Amino acid sequence: MNASMLLTGLVAVPWLGALLLGIGGSLPARAARALAVLASASTLVFGVLLLARFDPALPGLFVEQRVPWIRSLGIDYHLGLDGMGLLFVLLTGVLGPLALVTTLRRATRVRAAGAWFLLLQGSALGVFVALDFFPWFICWELSLVPAFFLIRGWGGANAGAASYRFVVFTLAGSAGLLLAFAALYAATGTMNFTDLARLRAAGELAGHLGALGAWATALAFLGVLVGLGVKAPLFPFHSWMPATYAEAPAGVSMFLTGVMSKMGVYGFFRLLWPIFPEELRAHAGPLLVMALGGVVFGALAALRSGNLRHMLAYSSLNHVSYCLLALFAVAGAGPADGVAVEAALAGALLQAFNHGLSAAALFFVAGILEQRSGGNSDFARFGGVRNAAPRFALLAGVALFSSLGLPGLNGFVGEFLIFRGVFALQPVVAAVATVALLVTAIFLLSFWQRVFHGPRAGAVAGEFADLDAAEWRVLGSLVFLMILLGVAPQLLAGLINPLATSWAASLTLP
Amino acid sequence: MLPASQLWLIPALPLVAAAIGAAAPRTARRLPVFLALAAITGSLLLSVVALVGALAAPAAKLTANFTWFVAGSTAVRLGWLLDPLGALMSVMVCAVSVLVFIFSIAYLRADPRLGRFFTCLSLFVAAMLGLLVANSLLLLLLCWELVGLASYLLIGFWFDRPSAAAAAKKAFVITRLGDLGFLLGLLWLFQATGSSLFYDGGAGVLEAGALERLAATVLPGGWTAATGIGLLLFAGAVGKSGQFPLHVWLPDAMEGPTPVSALIHAATMVAAGVFLVARVFPLMAADQGLAAVPVHALTAVAVVGSITALLGAVLAVAQTDMKRVLAYSTVSQLGYMMLAVGVGAWVAAVFHLITHACFKALLFLGSGSVIHAAHHEQDSRRLGGLAGRMRFTYVTFLLGTGALVGLPLVFSGFWSKEAILHAAELWPVSHLPFVAGLTGVVLTAFYMTRLVCETFLGRPRGEGAEHAHESPRVMTLPLAVLAVASVAAGWIGTPAWPWLQSRLTGAPVAAQAWSDGLGLMLFSTVLVGVGIAAGWWMYGRRPRVDARALDPLAQRWPRVFAALAARLWFDELYAATLGRLLRGAAALAAWLERWVWGGVVGLTGRVAETTGEVNRAIDEDGLNTGFDRASDGLRRTAQQYSRAQTGDVQGYLRAVVVGLAVLALLLIWGGVR
Repeated sequence: MNASMLLTGLVAVPWLGALLLGIGGSLPARAARALAVLASASTLVFGVLLLARFDPALPGLFVEQRVPWIRSLGIDYHLGLDGMGLLFVLLTGVLGPLALVTTLRRATRVRAAGAWFLLLQGSALGVFVALDFFPWFICWELSLVPAFFLIRGWGGANAGAASYRFVVFTLAGSAGLLLAFAALYAATGTMNFTDLARLRAAGELAGHLGALGAWATALAFLGVLVGLGVKAPLFPFHSWMPATYAEAPAGVSMFLTGVMSKMGVYGFFRLLWPIFPEELRAHAGPLLVMALGGVVFGALAALRSGNLRHMLAYSSLNHVSYCLLALFAVAGAGPADGVAVEAALAGALLQAFNHGLSAAALFFVAGILEQRSGGNSDFARFGGVRNAAPRFALLAGVALFSSLGLPGLNGFVGEFLIFRGVFALQPVVAAVATVALLVTAIFLLSFWQRVFHGPRAGAVAGEFADLDAAEWRVLGSLVFLMILLGVAPQLLAGLINPLATSWAASLTLP
Repeated sequence: MLPASQLWLIPALPLVAAAIGAAAPRTARRLPVFLALAAITGSLLLSVVALVGALAAPAAKLTANFTWFVAGSTAVRLGWLLDPLGALMSVMVCAVSVLVFIFSIAYLRADPRLGRFFTCLSLFVAAMLGLLVANSLLLLLLCWELVGLASYLLIGFWFDRPSAAAAAKKAFVITRLGDLGFLLGLLWLFQATGSSLFYDGGAGVLEAGALERLAATVLPGGWTAATGIGLLLFAGAVGKSGQFPLHVWLPDAMEGPTPVSALIHAATMVAAGVFLVARVFPLMAADQGLAAVPVHALTAVAVVGSITALLGAVLAVAQTDMKRVLAYSTVSQLGYMMLAVGVGAWVAAVFHLITHACFKALLFLGSGSVIHAAHHEQDSRRLGGLAGRMRFTYVTFLLGTGALVGLPLVFSGFWSKEAILHAAELWPVSHLPFVAGLTGVVLTAFYMTRLVCETFLGRPRGEGAEHAHESPRVMTLPLAVLAVASVAAGWIGTPAWPWLQSRLTGAPVAAQAWSDGLGLMLFSTVLVGVGIAAGWWMYGRRPRVDARALDPLAQRWPRVFAALAARLWFDELYAATLGRLLRGAAALAAWLERWVWGGVVGLTGRVAETTGEVNRAIDEDGLNTGFDRASDGLRRTAQQYSRAQTGDVQGYLRAVVVGLAVLALLLIWGGVR
């Protein structure tokens, strides 16, 4: 199989699975489930095949497919992967099947749920491999549809309002993206990311945009910023998130926080920074404050929540904000301190991956608590889970400490590198952000103390089953990766090092 | 001879034992115990071999560095370091751990989670050993945090008990507060020197080049980078080693099983902070020669140590819980060690750390023996009369007490404490450490006499003490070994034969003349005598008869006693200030979330909705002047709105899908053509 077919297949197989599930009306639930899992797991297979082609010496795209698509509009069918894209593809490959299995486990209407989920997964993959705005935006928008129906159809009691808010917010953001790229297209005649970045690097983009009007550049920048900021989310565009993560079915929450929030982070690195480096630098101050706000506010809001899903949502805001903090610190500093810039960039990408693992694991934990207790995951309803379900507690505990950034587990390396870079570039910001590390420890351990420790109480007082085999496999594989990547971070760092090095030297995508 | 490149075996053995224990089924009780004992014995042997090798060339810093991973193009390097300091500490930690492990077998025999306990113990020791042989501040931090994790698991071992769960969290969070300083210090050091390796053939952070650069980096106000980094790293040590003002977690940490307390207080946890400042001593001292620095890093260490030494001793006086007295005693003794580092005598600090490890482990295991025998009674008021019932425990406890209070010439604590006091006396900056140290000597003698009298003398004053009898051999054997060590461990560092001093510094240290420091020795001996006499006068002469009787101190100074018994309200103070600040900030965050970030969005929608409702209401009211119908109308409107809203989205999304599909088809067709 040649490389370009791998890229197309990566996106197409989950979609094909969705299509088969959609038209296979007479498929029994068992077969539908098997088909869905296979189609979802294909991502990991493609990811590994692509990994085999990864060239550590090459900072740029190691696989690329570019064929003219709509000549009259200058749109290409342009897919490609560099180390960063591969990182996110692998993340999707790991989390996709696990989240799918979790979603389908106890779902009614398995076929529909599976089809929506695969559509979602394929769209997310499309975002990570598309290099032309046109296919990229189709996938970006298309991901909303299945997410909406999954939340609405399989979510909690208030899923209607939550999914509504989720869609309205994200669509508003997308409108900004669309307008911005319309402006870019009008000015330059291309919507291709690499071409735009090249124009920018050559210093021609400003002239083109300036011809549209004095404000065109600023507005285009703002449009892209808001569009990506809502998705990531960048504080304070996050207010759709807690309700959405709380109401979505556990498996979908795993995917939303693990993969979909990374679409936003990825966009910051792939679109915003290469195309608008000077705007980013000019506004790095306020953006840094926003990211820092997300770090601190997220931790404090999590401290205040008495429900695991809400706490995890705010904790996700906190963790994802570290990635953006690193990017903005780098963008603001310019090519000042190469080592620090490299550390910050590598850290941001590692953090994005590692947060995906630990947040997904913790949402899975929330799902188990809810399923066992037949209700929501309010802390007050639990007590002494560690006593009732020691195996569950062991794995959940590892996920908890991974999220807390304990050395030896995956979360530490990314956070450490981010702090290493940000401290060198913006020492005061780094010092303030460390406060959030303390608050994170407090809210995670308070949750743990309330729900897992103490005498058995509430929903745990009676029957409370430990993990069954299927649950053990899901949580166990996530925990295995946490330990593996915590001890051997080079496995991931190797993917992004060439990119980070060349970024640090030129501050543009190779 | 163990080369530095194989030092990792020392922490790896218990780590493997912990990993296998964690993976083993819960029903396997024996396997983790066996593995833990085998692993720690192996580590002890390796440590001894390493120590022999290190002593052969005490000044050579033998290192084995390696790359952990590469970030961008910069390698993040870690390493192992073989020197007398690390090797000696390893031997001490392994030796104490072996004894504590043996003791634990009997102490926790009835616990269904015995296997888990040994798994956690192994992790605890592995992390501590890793910290000792690390040649990199980053690796040290890694192990440091794992020590924190293991202590969390062990303090909260009986997690069913809310108090244990709370104490575990408190220990983790408060030490992490100090760790923030550690992290910032490490980041700063990384940035300033580009490395975190201690010794790296001239490029390490504790070697002359880097130290000169750090001391030469002057910040506003006359501070240097060396001072700033030193103070930040010290903040980590303050948290871990229970120094004022972060000492509050240590007394609560005895919620864990007593063998855990012995480990925490002697070998594996609080020792880490003192070890850290001793390890990075060249860095801490790098700003000593600079007159412009407002506060030298070591001065801060000395002041904090002095305060802690005094505070711990004062608080120990009014505690009634056996383990709590010992816990505050640890706080106080750790203060002595910090004080010693602060006045420049890091060797004396390490000396005291080692002797203290022996006698504090002895005292804690002794109290464990008492608690075990007295059916988990640990309030000394309800004990008493154990001297006859538990003769062996009593004698060994007395020996430990003698070492702690520093009975002259024979006991180990005397020599190490003398070394500290001697250094404090000569400190040119201030008399505070010296005075605090001497005051602490009296108080230590007093509270230990009080503890011994209350626990062992008189008549039993409770059920537990009445039925107590000597603990089994498995528990008394470790006591015997530790008792011998508590006496003999001091002989390696007497002024007449300063073997330890010369080995640790790697340079020969001349023996002191007997006349030098003799006056101080006599004086502190008198102070010990005063403390013991006062304690005996109040508690030993006429031992307590009734468990509920008021303490003699409380009779004389009720207010002072109450204040000390309440631990000077440190916990309450922190809850009222920091706790409230944090809660307030969290409440503010929640308020902002509800009314500002979420509110703006909600408001936009609500304004439209309300406008509609108001319009409708006015219409209905105006036309029908009927309240019922108006409210009906309102309800209907709301329903319509909610239907319309959700309906809209679904419809919109369907349109998006259909539109995209059509578009895609058209485009593919167009593209193909």
